[in-house]
Amino acid sequence: MGFFNKIKKKVQDTASKTSEKMSAVAEKTKKVLKIERLREGLTKTRKNFSDRLKGLLSAGRKIDAALIDEIEEVLITSDIGVKTTTRIIDGVKSRVRKGQHQDAGVLYDMIKEEIRNILVTSPSVEADKAYTTNPEDVPHVIMVVGVNGVGKTTTIGKLARNYREAGKQVLIGAADTFRAAANEQLEVWAQRAEVDIIKQHHGADPASVAFDTVKSAISRDAEVVIIDTAGRLHNKVGLMGELEKMSRVMQKQRENAPHDTFLVLDATTGQNAIQQAKEFMKATPVTGLILTKLDGTAKGGVVIAIAAEFSIPVRYIGVGEKIEDLQPFEPEKFVNALFEDKMDYEEVEVPVDEDDAINE
Amino acid sequence: MFENLSQRLESAIKKVRGQAKITEENIAESLQEVRNALLDADVNFQVAKKFIETVKEKAVGQEVKGRITPSQLIVKIIHDELVELMGATKTDIKMASKPPTVIMIAGLQGSGKTTFSAKLAKFLKNKGRQPLLVAGDIYRPAAIDQLKMLAEQINIPVYTEEGVEPVKLSTDAVAYAKKMMRDTVIIDTAGRLSIDEEMMAEVENIKKSVSPDEILFVCDAMTGQDAVTTAKTFHERLSFDGVILTKLDGDTRGGAALSIRSVVEKPIKFVGVGEKIENLEPFYPDRIASRILGMGDVLTLVEKAQRQFDEQEARDLEDKIRRNEFTLQDFLDQIRQIKKMGNLRDLLGMLPGMDKAMRNVPVDDKALVRVEALIQSMTVAERDNPKIINGSRRRRIARGSGSTVQDVNRLLKQFSDMQRMMKRLTKGKGGKMGVMNGLKAANQMRRARK
Repeated sequence: MGFFNKIKKKVQDTASKTSEKMSAVAEKTKKVLKIERLREGLTKTRKNFSDRLKGLLSAGRKIDAALIDEIEEVLITSDIGVKTTTRIIDGVKSRVRKGQHQDAGVLYDMIKEEIRNILVTSPSVEADKAYTTNPEDVPHVIMVVGVNGVGKTTTIGKLARNYREAGKQVLIGAADTFRAAANEQLEVWAQRAEVDIIKQHHGADPASVAFDTVKSAISRDAEVVIIDTAGRLHNKVGLMGELEKMSRVMQKQRENAPHDTFLVLDATTGQNAIQQAKEFMKATPVTGLILTKLDGTAKGGVVIAIAAEFSIPVRYIGVGEKIEDLQPFEPEKFVNALFEDKMDYEEVEVPVDEDDAINE
Repeated sequence: MFENLSQRLESAIKKVRGQAKITEENIAESLQEVRNALLDADVNFQVAKKFIETVKEKAVGQEVKGRITPSQLIVKIIHDELVELMGATKTDIKMASKPPTVIMIAGLQGSGKTTFSAKLAKFLKNKGRQPLLVAGDIYRPAAIDQLKMLAEQINIPVYTEEGVEPVKLSTDAVAYAKKMMRDTVIIDTAGRLSIDEEMMAEVENIKKSVSPDEILFVCDAMTGQDAVTTAKTFHERLSFDGVILTKLDGDTRGGAALSIRSVVEKPIKFVGVGEKIENLEPFYPDRIASRILGMGDVLTLVEKAQRQFDEQEARDLEDKIRRNEFTLQDFLDQIRQIKKMGNLRDLLGMLPGMDKAMRNVPVDDKALVRVEALIQSMTVAERDNPKIINGSRRRRIARGSGSTVQDVNRLLKQFSDMQRMMKRLTKGKGGKMGVMNGLKAANQMRRARK
């Protein structure tokens, strides 16, 4: 082996190492940014929630009934709901009794613990984080449902983009044939996400659009199909029946379709979100929840109520308008973002490369 | 629309039944239930708290005299409080003395501004005005198309301008309206978060540049505890004239209606109920209060019925029911009347006692169409006397109506059940008000008001 070859190899090695490292750094930066976005998106909630709690609990107050009432108020005004609030308060009370605590200072961490317990014991921890699909059963069909105005179309755009970035070929089906200009809106999002879209005319049969989309996905070898549906209030029997028909028709193409049905809920909705989820679950097998507009409300607490109430996971949360603002829901990170002002970035820190020869 | 809250209040109030005097002790639990019901209905925490205190003050010490039950007494107190909380009367849209009247629509994303704008345009057009819709939402993809498509359905022009920012667009639109002699300009603005400084400044600037005669804040009836904060912020920036509650046809308990009204002292002017462009109704606080208490929104029903339901016909029908002569033909006529009045579920929900009975019954408007087809395929003799409908007649009816023999069987079964139920109702057993009695009572109430 000649000297030059050696040099060449060294240079090549270094170059590939550098690019590996750079992509690792980029990857980590992305992660940090994502947590930063989550934190930012939750600013309003955190201000309303943990800042108020801190205000109540830091002044060396004694634990008494009045204080408990005030904590209850903070929880309820964060849209956590009466039921889940009672659960949290009961948990805190029994901890106080057990530890014979008197100083209010200990309560902050207790409340955080109670909420963490609710979230980490909910099925949300099992949520799909990697935009994966089962290669044996493609296309993976996702139907997106919800009431009017919760942000279904926007969410579909973001989902499509995320799947595409995860290396999947995505096809969107514009089965909201009811709302005026729904097709046009979805088309814009499809363009932004750089994926294809199947549509028919305004007023067409949604089931027919769904059928077409799945059929077309099969012929194009697309791996992921996302079907938009018209917004429907959950108490409209006919429209709920339509969802069933859409599923039935898609099953003619793919036995297991839809593989996922995501219910989109608006985080600014109060306790009616729970009612919505219940009704939709009755009508169609919902496999995951998506909570949108978390950045727009001081009351992100509805996430906690929902996680406590249901046995299906919260899959994604929307914390802003940008494409990357649709994030997989990670209970632990969520609790931290809700309670802490500063985030702990340790887990995403770039490891120092000891075998670093570049600088030498 | 408020079934859940009514349900909760009912069960809470039941606990007071059979006691002679209202004391703090015997209503404490009920009031706690009421409070939780209000909170679950997304009534703002402070508003609910204040509400409970007032009710308690007014209720404690009251004696339950004569035939009034404690629950009736509390219902009355809660009802009066609710009405007061939601504002006493309805208010109309303010019109400019010199046209055009400019109406600006603002609110959060997804609250239903665009749909409401079109509904309002239709509403005003029916009142003889000539609206111009302005597509001021230049941000959301296809928002302009959506408004255009809605406007086309109701035949109202839309003003748009390619690549022009909303402030200039709005002033241009008003100038255009003057030129085209349109007397009402409805500006549909983009949805915005109350914390989005830039967007809030924009909507303030629109206000400054066109000085609207009326600014309406559109709010989703399903909004949670944040409704109050959002309404407050919008009010601070725009000082709006009224609130529009949309999507009130869901099972939303509409606590937002109570909260907003009590925190921002502005009337709720309209409620949006349904996706059709006709589905816009003025807001009547007393009606909704009655509804919350499970008394049924009888007044709205009566008004609706009045438009299309001939009272004489109703009386004839009542006689027939009493004499047990109600036939399938009458049933068909009824169905047609009902169809004229609007959505079946809405209608049933308005009848006293009915919302409770119907709570878990799925109501499908299409079922009416099927029933209509079935009856139409019967001969006059069959309609008058269903007993003669034998197997071969059933097959013929099924074929004629494009349905199955099972459908015919089901209808006949339902019909005979209904006859039996009506008989019971008119005999006054069972204690509940009959449909017709309910209508009559409502009519009396309406007359008493006039």
